[in-house]
Amino acid sequence: MSVLLDILSWLLLMAGSFFVVTGGIGLVRMPDFFTRLHPSGLVDTMGATLIVAGLVLQAEEWQVSVKLLLVLVFLYLTGPTATHAVAHAALVGGLKPWTKGKGKDQD
Amino acid sequence: MIFFVTASAIIIGMALALSRAVLGPTIYDRILAINSHGTKTVLLIAVIGFLTGRPDFLDLALVYALINFIGTLAALKFFKYGRLGDEP
Amino acid sequence: MGGKLVHAISLYAALFGLWLLLSGFFEPFLLILALVCCAFVVAIAHRMDVIDHEGQPVHITWRLLTYLPWLAVQIVRANIDVARCTLSPGRPIDPILKWVPAGQRSDLGTVIYANSITLTPGTVSTSAEPGRIQVHALTRDGMAALEKGDMDARVRAVEG
Repeated sequence: MSVLLDILSWLLLMAGSFFVVTGGIGLVRMPDFFTRLHPSGLVDTMGATLIVAGLVLQAEEWQVSVKLLLVLVFLYLTGPTATHAVAHAALVGGLKPWTKGKGKDQD
Repeated sequence: MIFFVTASAIIIGMALALSRAVLGPTIYDRILAINSHGTKTVLLIAVIGFLTGRPDFLDLALVYALINFIGTLAALKFFKYGRLGDEP
Repeated sequence: MGGKLVHAISLYAALFGLWLLLSGFFEPFLLILALVCCAFVVAIAHRMDVIDHEGQPVHITWRLLTYLPWLAVQIVRANIDVARCTLSPGRPIDPILKWVPAGQRSDLGTVIYANSITLTPGTVSTSAEPGRIQVHALTRDGMAALEKGDMDARVRAVEG
């Protein structure tokens, strides 16, 4: 049973690491600010969820699990708000989004 | 062992985010990169807590998650208005 | 006015629960300290006039809990899509900025909808007004999925 839990937790941690690194790569690779917002969300949601889930399976006391889940809740509450604040500030600040072609049918 | 791998992956992600913060080009890119870097720091603190067998680190992760959010908003506000408090 | 008491009690219960979870000590002295501290915080919150249906949305909590699993599935799907866009060679992205209608009746509903949009990678809300939300999407498919209005209808159902 414990071996099974270990394997499951390893898989979750590996998947979480994959998403964290992918988010970092996207942050460097994407062409402009607005497209970089999306890989950042990758780390905020999937990376954090999978890593915390993997750690919860390794926790020995219930308090540790509860604190890990609280970290996740706070990240979920603050992540989108911060992203929205930065995106809105950039838009108000006059940053033009990168588009593939001419940028038709936009408001 | 697995914690080492996860911690290394998070540190790689942090390095990539930091490189974006250094490259810019706009201030918003930098703020976004630092916000993302902070999220990864929270995860790294949690993983290090398990790596060293001291789950007390989770309290730091909790506080860091909140401070990271406030810090991002404060940096944005300071950039926009040039001050943090009310009208002088 | 009676509603305000419900929100204050819910805030008090949430604060006390958070204290218990974080401290893990159950000695009488510390529990009394917790009760006093939480009462103090609720008093300050009352003075700041932030105890209302937006801070303590007790009226939609149960419906919100049924909405979250659906949102989680959407987040997982969107994550895989964005990861594929990020890692595939070339640039398979086609970003678009557009206003989408938001049919929620209250500000709280609009905020829940905007936050759900941002939480799903591939779409980020950049501005929100009553009735409409400006969204930046990484691909046209992401924008098309949002414009089908599935998430909009579900958040409206949460609102009741």
